[in-house]
Amino acid sequence: MINKKVANVHDALKGMSDNMTLMLGGFGLSGIPENAISELVKLGVKGLTCISNNAGVDDFGLGLLLQKKQIKKMVSSYVGENDEFERQMLSGELDVELIPQGTLAERCRAAQAGFPAVYTPAGFGTEVGEGKETRDFDGKMYVLEHAFKADFAFVKAWKGDAAGNLMFKGTSRNFNPNMCGAAKITVAEVEELVPLGTLDPNQIHIPGIFVQRIFQGAHYEKRIEQRTVRQRD
Amino acid sequence: MTKIMLDKTGIAKRIAKEVKDGYYVNLGIGIPTLVANYVRRDIEVEFQSENGVLGMGPFPFEGEEDADIINAGKQTITTLPGASFFDSAMSFSMIRGQHVDLTILGAMEVAENGDIANWKIPGKMVKGMGGAMDLVASAENIIVAMMHTNKRGESKLLKQCSLPLTGVGCVKKIVTNMAVIEVTEKGFKLLERAPGVSVEDIKKATEGNLIVDGDIPEMAL
Repeated sequence: MINKKVANVHDALKGMSDNMTLMLGGFGLSGIPENAISELVKLGVKGLTCISNNAGVDDFGLGLLLQKKQIKKMVSSYVGENDEFERQMLSGELDVELIPQGTLAERCRAAQAGFPAVYTPAGFGTEVGEGKETRDFDGKMYVLEHAFKADFAFVKAWKGDAAGNLMFKGTSRNFNPNMCGAAKITVAEVEELVPLGTLDPNQIHIPGIFVQRIFQGAHYEKRIEQRTVRQRD
Repeated sequence: MTKIMLDKTGIAKRIAKEVKDGYYVNLGIGIPTLVANYVRRDIEVEFQSENGVLGMGPFPFEGEEDADIINAGKQTITTLPGASFFDSAMSFSMIRGQHVDLTILGAMEVAENGDIANWKIPGKMVKGMGGAMDLVASAENIIVAMMHTNKRGESKLLKQCSLPLTGVGCVKKIVTNMAVIEVTEKGFKLLERAPGVSVEDIKKATEGNLIVDGDIPEMAL
């Protein structure tokens, strides 16, 4: 077994410096790497480019890094729930690249899988497709989208082991598996770091080869953005 | 006869009739989300949410909410027997790969050639497109759910979209509070009227070319 376990979030973020490009898993606030984000705030690294589907809310998730003005550029598909984000974007302090959600996932996956670029129909004929290579396949137009290049990928999983194997829970899986192995260093934080051999190899979502560092996360808040319920009859 | 413009629930009820047995359906945020409540109970349909779930069920009972089980609107949900979870790339493989049979989404503008705009108002609204561009670029069967006019009373069914596009030539059908309309090569073809709404009313509220062919029946809800 090749041991990927590190003692804590501090060790997991060794090598982080200003102006790096990061991938961060999560959809809304579900499945975000809470521990890594807290540590990035603590480290105070600046000029970051963050690839993440959303930008958190004002006081949680990537919103915490936005508050401290640590982010130079966001690459996201949807950023609707964050006033500070909108303020920084409209004032020009924050550079924002909005891209289709499926394109975001596939640019991660392409980086993971060793494809330099992929053709997608999403965004053709819109401002997303402007200035990009396009091509006709069987009468339909596609846009060439390039694989991301990132220094760190921060992902959050449900269970993991020291070999770096990961299992995800529910829809907190989202972009996390696609970002594993898509950056130079993938850091996985898990709710439960279980003893080696206890995860069934049939049930592993991401094999440890895609993960460089793994640690047991602490104090997961797992905040709910839209608490919707139905009444019992 | 009294003129009854549909409310959002009425639009959802009419669209629910377009959902057929055996369909995998992606519902957008807003009116489309309501459609799930009105689909016939005697058919089998699975709802997909692009954040990574197929086989979505109703909202959970109070106290049973799970932060790890949400829909694309970030609302807490449940799953039904036979449901599955998956990552974002696989989710969009279902969408881009045309495995999803029907996509229902909202719009700010639709043009008579099927162009749709629903993600950006320059200088005003900066939220992003989410999965909408992937959905409209790939789906064979797209129904738009929206009000016929905007808050200022201006038509949302236009000759040409004025807002930045989400997709080109992709919308097939539109269900509004006034009408059911098919997008054809020649323009908007009026299929049905909301109860008591006249063809003239619909013409007045439609900026794009409206094709009226014979008698136009009222919607059955």
